[in-house]
Amino acid sequence: MLASALIVFREVFEAGLILGIVLSATKGVPGRSRFVASGILTGLLGACLVAVFAGAIGDAVQGAGQEVFNAGILLIAAVMLGWHNVWMARHGREMAGEMRALGRQVSDGSRSLFALAVVVAVAVLREGSEVALFMYGLVVGGDGWLALTLGGLFGILGGGVVAALLYRGLVSIPTRQLFKVTNVMLSLLAAGMAAQAVGFLIQADLLPAWGGQVWDSSALLDQKSILGRALHALVGYTDRPAGIQVVVYALVLTALLAAGRVTVQPAPRVAHRAG
Amino acid sequence: MRLPFFGILVLAMAFTAPIRAQEQPVFRLELRNHRFEPAEITVPADKRLILMVRNADDTPAEFESKELSVEKVISPGREATIRLGPLAPGRYAFIDEFNQTLARGVLIAKPE
Repeated sequence: MLASALIVFREVFEAGLILGIVLSATKGVPGRSRFVASGILTGLLGACLVAVFAGAIGDAVQGAGQEVFNAGILLIAAVMLGWHNVWMARHGREMAGEMRALGRQVSDGSRSLFALAVVVAVAVLREGSEVALFMYGLVVGGDGWLALTLGGLFGILGGGVVAALLYRGLVSIPTRQLFKVTNVMLSLLAAGMAAQAVGFLIQADLLPAWGGQVWDSSALLDQKSILGRALHALVGYTDRPAGIQVVVYALVLTALLAAGRVTVQPAPRVAHRAG
Repeated sequence: MRLPFFGILVLAMAFTAPIRAQEQPVFRLELRNHRFEPAEITVPADKRLILMVRNADDTPAEFESKELSVEKVISPGREATIRLGPLAPGRYAFIDEFNQTLARGVLIAKPE
């Protein structure tokens, strides 16, 4: 039971961290709980589907289906995060102020919420499908349902608490600074997801590694330890990265931070051109 | 800035996909009763190779090795193809993440 609780906790914990950031990044946006909830539900549904069709997915693309699938959804999430960041850079100022009630802002806001709901769905799907496969194995293996349910509940509770703590911590930051902080966190998250996607594509032999292992920091901070896992989920920490992963990480992070900075300047007013 | 990234990715895929050499040596592992058979496997170092892992159990498994940067779910009765190397000489531990108490093994890369 402890083993099942631990594995569920780990997966929920990782998804929970992402959820915590997304919730903080959308503080004060109308209708966000609906979007986040539908992201979670879609992710859960997707996780069950992925678990059921794991065999078929694995056999696709000459046996590399799983890698291609994982890389695909991670890249989608990374793109959504990038899109959200650019959008936030343009509208964050207004959102922090009073204008959030304006109709146009609300509809724009829901588009950005959609992007983040996709990110939540992807996070839940990835971790959830692992939990589903693992749980299925335990049930077939004859482990008691009671132990499983208790283990699962404990895991979900623990993971939820972590997400809630992260959220509490983040939203205690004053609103104006909060969006700057979450913007950086979402950029790091996107870079980490892109690097992870690249890792899967290397595994599928679809991308060259450019040096199998640029460094090994596992002695310093093991990626399997709880802190290592947290950093892996949050900023994409990898203790043995391939060269191309480092390059992609740096590129995506630089691009997103730069995009956030450039567009943060207020758009030129129409009045200027009228003269 | 996202479109060029995708472009590069697609290009890289297009260039590397056809070069999948099939002459790489193949090594086989099996998961039976949640144990790796063999639990220790020796492979040549500094060489590309293919590791085939068959899951003979009736529950899903996840072949995982941080040392080898591999993470792959293997459904019951299926065989996973894992491309490795070139590996530096040394020992590389791997586990079935879903059964880590029993299913542990090590791959040893030896210079030829």
